[in-house]
Amino acid sequence: MIELDQAAVTVETTDGPLVVLEPTTLTLDEPRVAVVGANGSGKSTLARLLNGLVEPTSGHVRVGGLDTVDEGPAVRRRVGFVFTNPDAQLVMPTCLEDVALSLRRTVRDKAARRARALEVLASVGLEAKADTSVHALSGGQKQMLALAGVLATDPDVLVADEPTTLLDLRNTRLVADRLLSLRQQLVLVTHDLDLAVRCDRALVVDAARVVFDGDPAEAVAHYRALVAAP
Amino acid sequence: MTDLLGAYRPGRSVLHRIPAGPKLGLLATYGAIAVALHGPASAVVLLVVSLALTLVAGMPVRRTLRQVRGLLVLAVVVAAFQTWQRGWPVAVHVVGDLLALVLAALVFTATTPVDDVLTAVERGLRPFRRLGVRPERVALAFSLVLRAIPGILETARETRAAAKARGLERSPRALLVPLAVRTVGRAYETGDALAARGLGDD
Repeated sequence: MIELDQAAVTVETTDGPLVVLEPTTLTLDEPRVAVVGANGSGKSTLARLLNGLVEPTSGHVRVGGLDTVDEGPAVRRRVGFVFTNPDAQLVMPTCLEDVALSLRRTVRDKAARRARALEVLASVGLEAKADTSVHALSGGQKQMLALAGVLATDPDVLVADEPTTLLDLRNTRLVADRLLSLRQQLVLVTHDLDLAVRCDRALVVDAARVVFDGDPAEAVAHYRALVAAP
Repeated sequence: MTDLLGAYRPGRSVLHRIPAGPKLGLLATYGAIAVALHGPASAVVLLVVSLALTLVAGMPVRRTLRQVRGLLVLAVVVAAFQTWQRGWPVAVHVVGDLLALVLAALVFTATTPVDDVLTAVERGLRPFRRLGVRPERVALAFSLVLRAIPGILETARETRAAAKARGLERSPRALLVPLAVRTVGRAYETGDALAARGLGDD
């Protein structure tokens, strides 16, 4: 379960303090939660709060009862994060090595690590690409590999920040289907409203505030009305 | 050029069978020898040795040439400059050493899985843990350097294409400023990604 208790983020700029997220209180326990909103609205900040990539300047964020500031490393072991651009997330030369990197801390034996990495690659349909250079993958395959690198750590929660934004229609569908089929709780930041309505709950973020929280179809309607308003 | 370094090629050569730690030590020794020896003759010998190592490693000649194509262009420019400034013996020495060392590094990365390199670096640095060194972090940094080189080259190519599209291909500022900004930005993104995977938390 994810809990935000008056969690707010303010950053210092040359023009003075800028509120990136107003104090927000939420409890997220649905299996699939979508977050929609315009660029710069604060939804990525909200996502990054969930595994401690961004620390709240006031209030608290807890995942499974663990505070993201006080128990950051433990939280990151429980919360995986998939970014928009997989290129930044892939740090090893080949697919197998990239997934194995995630396993180094938990699986010390090399043969066992390789076997487990191959299993994870198979779970995203990339077992045939194990020894392929990450540069040689398509955009969709790179995003799948980034997902595999995160799933290898077996997190309880997966946060995905616009994971399909850079993908074509076919790859968007592949990545989306895989994300929605995960056993992990999913928090999905997305501009893909068709994808958002497939979740169990949706938040609409606007001007650093959560302005709607509820049924995904209603959330999408609310967001459309917000965008259409002058 | 994007896979100049860090592209492991599975194989059964004698070089593939040498464990990563000793192989890394041999590479460092080879580099020290190249620095210690002076003159064109030693550079030519080292270059021949490196070329022989690529054959022993079973690296396809055409693919290897493709990998070092950009470097060869650089080598020609450096050779011309050195010949003009300091004469041909220095040019042969500088360019010979440069090519020999890059080829040796290429052989190392082509015959050694990065996972093994990480393990070797971690193991080698373990005695320094009591001095505050964190072997896992150093090993990760080592592998990130291997990954960063082709990444920066790719960014440079994209930046050049973007400058060309705006008719600014002759402007150093249009090439270097975006390259620096994007490289730093990418470093931040990679840092975030590593943190998100819990790497470096230990």
